[in-house]
Amino acid sequence: MDRRNFLKSLALAGGAAAAAPAIAHEKEARPESKGMLYDSTRCIGCKACVVACREANNLPPAQSDGLHDVQQELNGTTKNVIKLYKDPDDPSVFAFMKQQCMHCVDPACTSACMLGALKKTAEGPVTYDKSSCIGCRYCQVACPFNVPKFEWYTPVPKIVKCELCPERTAQGKLPACVDVCPRQAVIYGTREELLKEAHLRLEKNPKLYQPKVYGEHDLGGTNVLYLSAVPFTKLGLPEKGDRSGASVSETVQEGVYQSFITPLVLYGGLAATVFRNWKKGRKNDDEGGEEEEAS
Amino acid sequence: MSHTREDKTLAERLEAKGFGRRDFVRLFSLAAAAVGLPKEALAAVAQVKKRPSVIWLHFQECTGCTETLLRASHPEITEVILEAISLDYHETLFAAAGHQIEEALQTAMKENAGKYICVVEGAIPTKDNGIYCKVAGKTALESLNEVAGNAAAVIALGSCASFGGLPAADPNPTGAKGVPEIFSKKPVVTLPGCPANPYNLLGVVLQYVTFGTLPKLDTLGRPTFAYGRTIHEDCPRRPHFDAGRFAKVFGDQGHRDGYCLYELGCKGPVTYANCSIKHFCDVDGAWPIGIGHPCAGCTEQATLFRTPLYDTVQIKRPTPPDQYPPIAVEHPAPSPVAIGFGGAIVGAAIGAGLITAKKLGNGSEPEKKDEKKEA
Repeated sequence: MDRRNFLKSLALAGGAAAAAPAIAHEKEARPESKGMLYDSTRCIGCKACVVACREANNLPPAQSDGLHDVQQELNGTTKNVIKLYKDPDDPSVFAFMKQQCMHCVDPACTSACMLGALKKTAEGPVTYDKSSCIGCRYCQVACPFNVPKFEWYTPVPKIVKCELCPERTAQGKLPACVDVCPRQAVIYGTREELLKEAHLRLEKNPKLYQPKVYGEHDLGGTNVLYLSAVPFTKLGLPEKGDRSGASVSETVQEGVYQSFITPLVLYGGLAATVFRNWKKGRKNDDEGGEEEEAS
Repeated sequence: MSHTREDKTLAERLEAKGFGRRDFVRLFSLAAAAVGLPKEALAAVAQVKKRPSVIWLHFQECTGCTETLLRASHPEITEVILEAISLDYHETLFAAAGHQIEEALQTAMKENAGKYICVVEGAIPTKDNGIYCKVAGKTALESLNEVAGNAAAVIALGSCASFGGLPAADPNPTGAKGVPEIFSKKPVVTLPGCPANPYNLLGVVLQYVTFGTLPKLDTLGRPTFAYGRTIHEDCPRRPHFDAGRFAKVFGDQGHRDGYCLYELGCKGPVTYANCSIKHFCDVDGAWPIGIGHPCAGCTEQATLFRTPLYDTVQIKRPTPPDQYPPIAVEHPAPSPVAIGFGGAIVGAAIGAGLITAKKLGNGSEPEKKDEKKEA
């Protein structure tokens, strides 16, 4: 096998892998699973949810000036943060944004997690089991919303992200942020109820809102839904179609291995190289090694 | 004090004194709200017939707590206190003196044994058997044990009685201590403060008179209705703190504008008390921060007279400031340069792999040549 043939076969195998039929992967949202609906137009930015989240999860404050709990981003001690979008041209246009785990229907983090430490439960939340986490942080890279955070500051670190207050909901209480919200800007319920409520609000006030419920279909759907008056990208929510990242990457990965194509190409190539060199070596042995290589 | 009015209810007694129903409702709503009593309690208070006997002991103190109590004047709280309770012994308020008041004390203790309320104002010296404070030939230690021992309830009024206060400040020459440290036979309600807010005392007494119970106390014996939250939590200047607006020196523009006094040494964030919502003497704004001075932390044993007045304190439970992080686009699309650079690296790796594979066979040739020469 000469170089040209080798390259040809490599390209062929790659093409075959890419053209492999898409593997059925799409995961359906469970209407009865729990989630939250955050209405940016109702939020007054009081940050009561930020404080309540800290208390409910026993998280230390993110100090910078020693006086205030200054949170810029989600981090190893922050599972919930309120941010502000300000229109650079029109100061009268602004919107609050509550950032926490979106509890995706088909989460990229659980797909990337090699030991199943992160798990999408049938009840809705994406939960984290620290006993099976090896700290690879693939989930951090995978998440399209940049949510999972790492405890960089401890010798035995964990992944930190919102888990929808499992202790509280088990006792029949609302998640801490929902419980404390003075304007019901964030509400808790089944995905079905929340979608119904969101569409009701859109119908009632079509001029106020962007004409969609973010998370209904986006990136495969999420269990935390958003309503907003400003475009969702301004709130930091990516508009990247309705297919989940996990579905794309898993299709490619599973496609590559379908019909054993990749191992065949890899080991076939290796075998061809070995065979070629072996043949050449024998030829050299036979002819005293004087002849120039013919390739 | 005379005991002739016992057959009338509190409401009737007050009416006879010229208090209208409105005055009564106003005063006791304030007090009942302070202690967290339900609305219905008001009717129960009005029907109280027997005035509970109160014995008030003064030890090492400045009488500021009594003075403050006398200045709660809307309506005349002195009159009301005298009508609601039977103040049988109080060294400051007695017209009599000497053997007369000593006799009154003994009579009240005998007549109401196990039923009277003992209010203690001031710290108790313990060094040298407590000889540094004597009334009627008895040391404060002896009086306390005698009076509090037979009382139904013991209330330590003010910081001195609660934990030593000023007399117990270093170097504490008299070995002054608070009531709970010395007297452990029954629970002591402590109402620290320098002075203590009179409404907190009135609230506790009122609850005891009406229901025969004491309010819920924290681990230091302080009623949670008054000492459950820090000054900082309910401070009217809190928005300035959240926004980062601080008075830097006394009299600067920030101080004149009513900015937060934290940097001037305010102890509000570590001080559990209700001064910020229950101002003194019914005068709005009559409390330290209200008149522009930092909280001194007078209800906290670890703070008052133990940390410098103008030193700032550590904030134990910081809350978010009055500002918001901006929304950053966290997943920007890679630039063409980055894509090209990444592509170049991947291409180089593939090329290097191919060349290596090609050279694998050639590498063994020189060895073989050498072997042949040797052979």
